[in-house]
Amino acid sequence: MGHQDIPIDLSPKPSDRIAKTTCYMCACRCGINVHIKDGRVAYIEGNRDHPVNKGVLCAKGAAGIMQVTAPSRLRAPLRRVGPRGSGQFEEISWDEALDTAVSWMAPLRETAPEKLAFFTGRDQSQSLTGWWAQQFGTPNYAAHGGFCSVNMAAAGIYTMGGAFWEFGQPDWERTKLLLLFGVAEDHDSNPIKMGLGKLKARGARVIGINPIRTGYNAVADDWIGITPGTDGLLILSLIHCLLRAGKIDLDYLARYTNAPVLVDEDPSSPNHGLFLRDANGKPLVMDRATGQPIPFDRSGVRPDLAGSLSRAGITHRPVFQLLAARYLAPAYAPEAVADRCGIPAARIHALAAELARVAFDKAIEIDQPWTDFRGERHEKMTGRPVAMHAMRGISAHANGFQTARALHLLQILLGTVETPGGFRFKPPYPKPPEGHPKPHATATPGQPLKGPHLGYPLGPEHLAIDPDGTPQRIDKAFSWENPLSAHGLMHMVIANAHEGDPYKIDTLFLYMANMAWNSSMSTARVIEMLTDKDPETGEYVIPRIIYSDAYASEMVAYADLILPDTTYLERHDCISLLDRPISEADAAADAIRWPVIPPDRDVKGFQSVLIDLGARLGLPGFVNADGSPVFADYADYIMRHERRPGIGPLMGFRGAGDATGRGAPNPDQIARYIDNGGFFTHHIPEAAQYYKPWNSAYQDWAVDLGLYDSPQPYLFNLYLEPLRRFQLAADGHGERQPPDHLRDRIRTTMDPLPIWYPPLGEDADTARDFPLHALTQRPMAMYHSWGSQNAWLRQIHGHNPLYLPTNIWETYDFAEGDWARLTSPHGSITAPVAHMAALNPSTVWTWNAIGKRKGAWALDPAAPEATKGFLLNHLIHELLPPKGDGHRWANSDPITGQAAWFDLRVRIEKAAPPAEVQPNFPPLASPLRAPKHRP
Amino acid sequence: MTSLPETTQRKLGLVIDLDTCVGCHACVIACKGWNDAQYGAPLSDQEPYGANPTGTFLNRVHSYEITPPHGQAQLVHFPKSCLHCEDAPCVTVCPTGASYKRVEDGIVLVNEADCIGCGLCAWACPYGAREMDKAAGVMKKCTLCVDRIYNENLPPEDREPACVRTCPAGARHFGDLGDPDSDVSQLVAARGGFDLMPDLGTKPVNKYLPPRPKDQWQETDILAPFLDPIADTPQGFLGWLDRALERL
Repeated sequence: MGHQDIPIDLSPKPSDRIAKTTCYMCACRCGINVHIKDGRVAYIEGNRDHPVNKGVLCAKGAAGIMQVTAPSRLRAPLRRVGPRGSGQFEEISWDEALDTAVSWMAPLRETAPEKLAFFTGRDQSQSLTGWWAQQFGTPNYAAHGGFCSVNMAAAGIYTMGGAFWEFGQPDWERTKLLLLFGVAEDHDSNPIKMGLGKLKARGARVIGINPIRTGYNAVADDWIGITPGTDGLLILSLIHCLLRAGKIDLDYLARYTNAPVLVDEDPSSPNHGLFLRDANGKPLVMDRATGQPIPFDRSGVRPDLAGSLSRAGITHRPVFQLLAARYLAPAYAPEAVADRCGIPAARIHALAAELARVAFDKAIEIDQPWTDFRGERHEKMTGRPVAMHAMRGISAHANGFQTARALHLLQILLGTVETPGGFRFKPPYPKPPEGHPKPHATATPGQPLKGPHLGYPLGPEHLAIDPDGTPQRIDKAFSWENPLSAHGLMHMVIANAHEGDPYKIDTLFLYMANMAWNSSMSTARVIEMLTDKDPETGEYVIPRIIYSDAYASEMVAYADLILPDTTYLERHDCISLLDRPISEADAAADAIRWPVIPPDRDVKGFQSVLIDLGARLGLPGFVNADGSPVFADYADYIMRHERRPGIGPLMGFRGAGDATGRGAPNPDQIARYIDNGGFFTHHIPEAAQYYKPWNSAYQDWAVDLGLYDSPQPYLFNLYLEPLRRFQLAADGHGERQPPDHLRDRIRTTMDPLPIWYPPLGEDADTARDFPLHALTQRPMAMYHSWGSQNAWLRQIHGHNPLYLPTNIWETYDFAEGDWARLTSPHGSITAPVAHMAALNPSTVWTWNAIGKRKGAWALDPAAPEATKGFLLNHLIHELLPPKGDGHRWANSDPITGQAAWFDLRVRIEKAAPPAEVQPNFPPLASPLRAPKHRP
Repeated sequence: MTSLPETTQRKLGLVIDLDTCVGCHACVIACKGWNDAQYGAPLSDQEPYGANPTGTFLNRVHSYEITPPHGQAQLVHFPKSCLHCEDAPCVTVCPTGASYKRVEDGIVLVNEADCIGCGLCAWACPYGAREMDKAAGVMKKCTLCVDRIYNENLPPEDREPACVRTCPAGARHFGDLGDPDSDVSQLVAARGGFDLMPDLGTKPVNKYLPPRPKDQWQETDILAPFLDPIADTPQGFLGWLDRALERL
């Protein structure tokens, strides 16, 4: 027998047609080509024309084919018939389901709208869901940002008008040095991999700063295995080194940041720490040419960083001098922070020197003239080719807001933000805090809320509190406990509603958030709260729960009414400039999803259901004058809704199909998007590509597109004056006063210049009794609990050992196959362990959201996800342990309320292998076996 | 037993960059998705929602931790599929002629019609690159997407293996390693590409590019010497500031 030429079909037809839509296997929102054969999904690949992924696709995206056939897909609306948590339901019709929901919600709207709490998890339609909640009139709305990465988002907006990921990205084409801080393997996952590939191909250097060396950190040229929670201290030490050596971009700081703005430095003045302003409220700077204080944006000004101004007996100094005085202090020297950070001092010096070398010795210039907002023309664009990216690893700590601020400060001092080779914003960003709404939270029966729920407070006057200081929101967002909670605090909703603090609610309405399992702190307690009954009435303490999900997640079992969602290939969606678009640094871009296959079950896209509910409830904007529905469904809304005249959810093909950004609604718009590959791109002109916050050409382009209605140039906030306003309140200034027990904490943590403080629960006792840090990461091949049910992906990550560093492995004499008991101040788990050497020596970790509850997700109760997979959530409380001061302090960032998942401290001991991970819970009955309701 | 061709007209294969592979498994799933529906029997899964889910994959990513004697531990992601060896022991061991190496491009394939599922080839392959499909009872292996690379129903830019097309980091390259002027051969030459276990004499066509040295910086790197302070006192700093601003 030999090498015969066996005839084979070299040109099989892979499919009958290709449908181009948007992935939802994680939050990246890549473009996908869905191959359809015989009416079924045959294959999914990346869309080469798409701005996000340019043809590539990750494991999750390609495994979408198993998501649309998953046995866990809910099939019909369900009504609970057994006790909460039993999983006993009956199938009902959509009319019955919606009538039930309306019968619960309508009376609330007329009497107490705040008694409906609507929280939407991993929602990609927040501009609709938020608007719906606003029209309903409840102040209680947010998505999952509060337990995800609000510190990153809020610190970015407040400091420079945008953060990482959907706000902006490294200049992958030009950067020569990339620093990755605390980046898990998700969040902008394909663009980061593509970018790393580009950097590797041209030999640029990548430095990973992370306690764990996996994924991106594994391919980084250098790894710095920092101790969790100390990134801010490292960054401020780098700033110390750079300032001390004068390796900062003074010209950039003087022109584009508030470094020259004059600050009142008289401690006896009521404006101590605030900016000196003119009669129009414009911050003043000293003009180096004239020696006079003048508004920062005056044509021809040469803002001075040296010098000072005495006016009416009060000395004012530029921000830069306060900043230099702070960070030149020996407390920030590498030698002073090295032990705490777990990094040798010499390494910190070397890192600072490398930053300086690349930023200043390897500077790049582009021959591209541009004109700034003061009217000055520049012949070139000068770049400092150092880029940075960071995510939850630095933000999910109680010091995460200030740490993220510090990181932005570092980038700005080097002059790398919005310059070639550095960090670049993506439209609609840059957008400073002043460009965002303020929070609205005053409920009026029968009326819509007066504005959007979420926003960016600039001082105590914008807090969502009653005159007596009581939080207006169920999650206490925008209260003195966490004033800048720009994404709300979804992780506090169930605990607060159960406690009746600040008040009781009636109906909890959740979408796409597995709060009875991997999305909650202290899962077992949350389950108790969801099932707890008032002993007097026999009713559930949280009386009604409505949940929408596409799958039989753990949360389904704890709801009373289930509104089954479609999968992402069976629905319309819009990835909107009004929300979280898919823009790139050189173009605005938005996208749609559309039903590339019809649902084969009695399910509906949640957004269409919400629009239907809005009409049935008669909400303004959802019904015409005659009471008829305004919108047929979500697709109709996407095309016809106008947020401002001529501005709708999608920017492309407006008007007669030829208008971009601004234009009348076009009933053909979705068809045009489908023809265009499911997305639309609008490029930024060459002269407007960099310096966007100050570049007249960019500002004009943004106004044309409808991102805002007039140019909005601004200065970067090295010094964040709004924080100072809260400090002044804590010192007794102003009408609105914090409660006494919070004054000290506000004074300390809300420092207008970035600071570092140890995570709040980390006192000497904790450090002694719980010497280890425990972290989770999301694997690249999975997106929380949806991914870990997927038949192909669960063959890659079917269980999640607890990884232990070498010193712990050896000290406790662990061996392969062993189990360990991990104990935090709050609880214990027992789980299988594995050794990992590339790990910070005081850190243990595991993959998150792999552990599942028996009976959920249509998996076999003996599935490894349920018998060996485990959650660290059981070890984490939403409150810190009692300190004996009569208060319970939240396990959150005191500025934004971000859940401090990564402040977890533990101790470890070897444990006899139990039959299954501990704690273990009784199996849930599958809602998929619910009988049909027989009236 | 089955014989190998003396020579092949081309040597199509993969070049996999271990310096760039982040271990995301995109190639694993893209491969599964394409090959589940194309050449030969589907890639079945056993107990896909059960206690012990297993299935057929033509490409898998393994991760190895390396602890050098000096310096920090490293993690290397290692994607592995059939290497389309020139002296492929899986072919010569085949009792039915089902396993063969194509003359025109060197791709090693299994003609499933002739495969009796004896498993000898998997035993003979030193790389563990073949998997028996439990449902179909035939041997499955990487086809180098032979039904993509010449496929006239695909646009020309898509005529490459599914794993290469999808790789987000660009760590996978496809081409003719028999042509010293091809992009892949040039890449192998430039980056010191190597054969997997060359001492076995299988002469793999696929090549791996080694990880670049890591953690090379010394704390006193000559490229990045410690920064010199501009002043030792706050007053000195302000003096420097004033002079520096004057120069702008």
